[in-house]
Amino acid sequence: MIPAAFAYRCPATVEEALMLAADAGEDGKFLAGGHSLLPLMKLRFAVPEVVIDVGRIAELSYIRDEGSHVAIGALTRHHDLERAALLAAELPLLACAAGCVGDPQVRHRGTIGGSLAHGDPASDLPAAALVLDAVLVARGPSGTREIAVTDFFRGLFETALEPGELLTEVRIPKPAGRGWSFQKFTKRAIDWAIVGVAVQGQHVALVNMGPVPMRAAAVEQRLAAGESPAEAAAHAAEGTSPVADINASAAYREHLARVLTARALAEAANRA
Amino acid sequence: MSIMGTRVLRTEDPRLLTEGAVYTDDLRLPELTGAAYVTFIRSPIAHALITGIDAAAATAQPGVAAVITGADLPAPEKPTAEPLLATDRVRYVGEPVAMVLTDGRYQGEDAAELVSVEYEPLPAVTSVDAALAGEVLLFPGTDSNIFRTGTSGNCADDSFADCDVVVERTIVNQRLAPVPMEGRAVAAAWADGRLTVWCSTQNAQISRDAIAGQLGLGKDAVRVITPDVGGGFGAKVGVDRDMIAVAAAARLAGRPVRWVETRSENMLGMVHGRAQKQVYRIGGTRDGRVLAYHLDIVQDCGGYPRFAVILPSLTGLMASGVYQIANVGSSFRAVVTTTTPIAAYRGAGRPEAAAAIERAMDDFAAEIGMDPAEVRRRNMVPPHEFPYTTPTGAVYDTGEYASALDKVLAAAGYAGLRAEQARRRDRGDPVQLGVGLSCYVEITAADGGGETARLEVHGTGAATVYTGSSPHGQGHQTAWAMLVEDELGIPMDQVTVIHGDTDAIPEAVGTFGSRSLQLGGTAVYQAAGDVREQARRLAAEMIEASEADLELVRGTWQVRGDPATGLSWGQIAGHAGPGGLAAATRFVASAPTFPFGAHVAVVEVDVETGKATLVRHVTVDDAGTIVNPVLAEGQRHGGIAQGAAQALLEEVRYDADGNPLTSTLADYAAITATELPSFELVASETPTTINPLGAKGIGEAGTIGAAPAVQNAVIDAVSHLGVRHIEMPATPERVWAAINEARAQ
Amino acid sequence: MKVAIKINGAQVEAEVEDRLLLAHFVREVAGLTATNIGCDTTSCGACTVLLDGESVKSCTMLAAQADGREVTTCEGLARNGQMHPVQQAFHAEHGLQCGFCTPGMVLAAVSLLAENPDPTEEQVRSGLEGNLCRCTGYHNIVRAVLAAARDAREAS
Repeated sequence: MIPAAFAYRCPATVEEALMLAADAGEDGKFLAGGHSLLPLMKLRFAVPEVVIDVGRIAELSYIRDEGSHVAIGALTRHHDLERAALLAAELPLLACAAGCVGDPQVRHRGTIGGSLAHGDPASDLPAAALVLDAVLVARGPSGTREIAVTDFFRGLFETALEPGELLTEVRIPKPAGRGWSFQKFTKRAIDWAIVGVAVQGQHVALVNMGPVPMRAAAVEQRLAAGESPAEAAAHAAEGTSPVADINASAAYREHLARVLTARALAEAANRA
Repeated sequence: MSIMGTRVLRTEDPRLLTEGAVYTDDLRLPELTGAAYVTFIRSPIAHALITGIDAAAATAQPGVAAVITGADLPAPEKPTAEPLLATDRVRYVGEPVAMVLTDGRYQGEDAAELVSVEYEPLPAVTSVDAALAGEVLLFPGTDSNIFRTGTSGNCADDSFADCDVVVERTIVNQRLAPVPMEGRAVAAAWADGRLTVWCSTQNAQISRDAIAGQLGLGKDAVRVITPDVGGGFGAKVGVDRDMIAVAAAARLAGRPVRWVETRSENMLGMVHGRAQKQVYRIGGTRDGRVLAYHLDIVQDCGGYPRFAVILPSLTGLMASGVYQIANVGSSFRAVVTTTTPIAAYRGAGRPEAAAAIERAMDDFAAEIGMDPAEVRRRNMVPPHEFPYTTPTGAVYDTGEYASALDKVLAAAGYAGLRAEQARRRDRGDPVQLGVGLSCYVEITAADGGGETARLEVHGTGAATVYTGSSPHGQGHQTAWAMLVEDELGIPMDQVTVIHGDTDAIPEAVGTFGSRSLQLGGTAVYQAAGDVREQARRLAAEMIEASEADLELVRGTWQVRGDPATGLSWGQIAGHAGPGGLAAATRFVASAPTFPFGAHVAVVEVDVETGKATLVRHVTVDDAGTIVNPVLAEGQRHGGIAQGAAQALLEEVRYDADGNPLTSTLADYAAITATELPSFELVASETPTTINPLGAKGIGEAGTIGAAPAVQNAVIDAVSHLGVRHIEMPATPERVWAAINEARAQ
Repeated sequence: MKVAIKINGAQVEAEVEDRLLLAHFVREVAGLTATNIGCDTTSCGACTVLLDGESVKSCTMLAAQADGREVTTCEGLARNGQMHPVQQAFHAEHGLQCGFCTPGMVLAAVSLLAENPDPTEEQVRSGLEGNLCRCTGYHNIVRAVLAAARDAREAS
């Protein structure tokens, strides 16, 4: 219930945040909305000695039309993503996925950067970012770099971010295929997805079918080869490694992946 | 115009809504100044010997006032009794082993991490089957894990001899967590030879006796005060070992102490409910007459035998439900396992009975190909048979079971639902409709302990009621004030209701088992009647008239038809002197009462994913005379939600080593607003003859009726695919698996 | 560290541990105990307060994160001794029993209606998905929120 003691730091700029992170080294963690990190700290699963609150760096919250892509500041809240007119027009999948995260209170605090950096394959935004071919912009001690989303999620709660690196922006190309769908299957509305499917055009990504969010490669290949959505969807579980836990067996997850992919593709087709 | 039966909003609300209630952890009393915060060290392992406790690192920390272990507390007398803090052995994950007292709240968890406990693991016993097998015994010196057995009724194997059809099935009424929104909390202070304990309980007086008994104190040396309580549902009956240990700490530490548990502690350390493995056997004729019904129960008690040893007796008592069956019987064994102890949780043994018989009735109906409503109708106890004694010894006071079923079917539009179901089946709709029934009767105020009330009218004309009942959301303050206004004409806003302080109310039983209105309310009613007659005598004196000529008109005593002679309550109380116009009473009912009802649940099942959604829930819950429909409806709503939750979502789970898998609210699927529809309640009042109010208990009825209806609905939705049974909770995967299994056959 | 938060219009300043949760700042430092703590996994919503007008779970915020900002608790909703319309509606519809979830539920409802003044029943239910109640079965809570919405529309 109570986090272990730590030192709280509140930088005003990205530069300051990076310096503090460099000082703290392994003992430091960035805090954005806090709805991935603080729950872990309260149960003492995470015990950072230095917490660097980047939540007040106002310059990191924005949603901008940059022509070929939309640029989203890492500190943009799920609540704002859900309601942004620009996203409704250009990236409704992202707005929809953001609106599925947690509950209204969580969405008032949680940020896209925090969610992606947390690297939870059961979360909604990583799969959305994956299916949208996002590019993640990170700033660290050695400067700024861009990371393709396909290189970003490395393992369970593990991303390509180096120690001391801060995610600053998520760039999402405006998709060519306009049909989209987000299917999140839960027992209760507030639960993490037992399985989820994000579709944008002919791209399909899966939530909670392995240690990282993954593209349903077999499905995409078959769609590209001209198979019908229903036929392609039957292969949604190929190459996945879903866990068995209190919410579902692996076999049931594989079944859901197939069913939800078929539904997502059908819904996307209706929207195209 | 009587206020009885009218819709009266709660007088409790303004304070709760604006300042907020004052729960135990909210207390900011002078007596608790400087209180040490208590943090428990709990067993992380299901079954083990404790080989050492080293608190040196913790006690060396500044701000750590003390570490208390079982060695510092009175030891239990019997080897199978439950110690306050475990000393030599632990029997469930979460069992309390030590307490650390700190000056600051936040330091508690830090200090607890420094207390080192060494365990020598023993094999876990996580299922009732393993407990029965007895290879590992939880209590040395015993020869089995069975702590109680029993039978009821008159049903033997040969009772099924004349049955055309016999259906037998093993089912599980799964372990649930009560999850009151406020967990357990205690504050305690020792001063001038007396221990004062504030705690979140349903029974201050029972708690006082338990604390006094366990700590070797006289009852007069213990005062228990119940602040506002954030829900109980049976799980806060009395006090448990953790709470008594905190109370003991106040004396040991020489300063006040306070404790509020975290939710994770609550999920492990507060009692769980249900957890029965059942085998039912139902037999009858092809034209729908049930001739014999037997229910065998294995009750999981958890790590120590608490109230769970009683629960299956209640289940056995109520086994036959609303049906008139010639041969009904039950048998049970209550066993210990290395899991959290089981005790009363909303319904306490009766939901288990209703769920079994209602499943059995549907099973029987499916076997003979008859509509489940019709089968029920053919077997119900008819109205003229009341009071009706079941073969298991329950004496049902009043009931209109067929009428309840008819009303709920009409309100639900049963024929229309079946027609829609048929249409969807013909179309092979991906979303199928299921209609589930349950008809139930339950036993309230079963304990027989009665309830106390004291009523005093003051010189101001206001009144104070001291009730033995102990509200934790039920609205007794409003209802008891209504009773006083109705009997005496003193306006509700002039009536103060006091509960839960053993100095003010030394003798009482409290609130559980849906007993409060029928016992505590009747006691208030009787005390009011007594006060009215005292007032009549005093008024007669004061007016110099004969008692027979007096009437009470809207709170004024006067000679009949002569308002000029009128005396107010204040004047009469003033004449009687301080404390002079008062009555104390204890009402003991001659018998329990038996509310009943019928539920229709309508679910939609997505046959591809197996997900069931409750789309409508229609109920008749008849608890006799309704004093305040607002309060009664609220109890029904809350009960229905918990029943639906059992049927669809909730289950406490352990792995094979006895490690809990659902110990947070993220993992335990407590039901939220999005999984429930608005409910449709039908009014029905069949009074009891057992008390002058004609009231039965409503608090648990909704839960008892709802779970079977929802479970039956889910199975009904896919019965055309060959599915005959799905266990609770009917999760999407279970429904999917049942469909696959049926298709494979 | 020093934290200063405006709670219900009054400035509250204190020297606190860095790890102090906002919920405990409200309850222990500001002494406002209507806000309750019902879980440790950000699941139950009993701790909901408004942060600059938006609902947040105060158990999952550090007091430090609210430094310099405005918090509204249930105690701060009433005006001139009059209950807020949402509080009034909860009373009128019997939307509370034990009261433990109520302050958080009321504030979640206030925030919901601020963002969606004319919700459907389904929107109310999903809007309250972050708030658990064990007593009411949600039926009257939903009625209360819909009634408050209706009353606000009729008043304007």
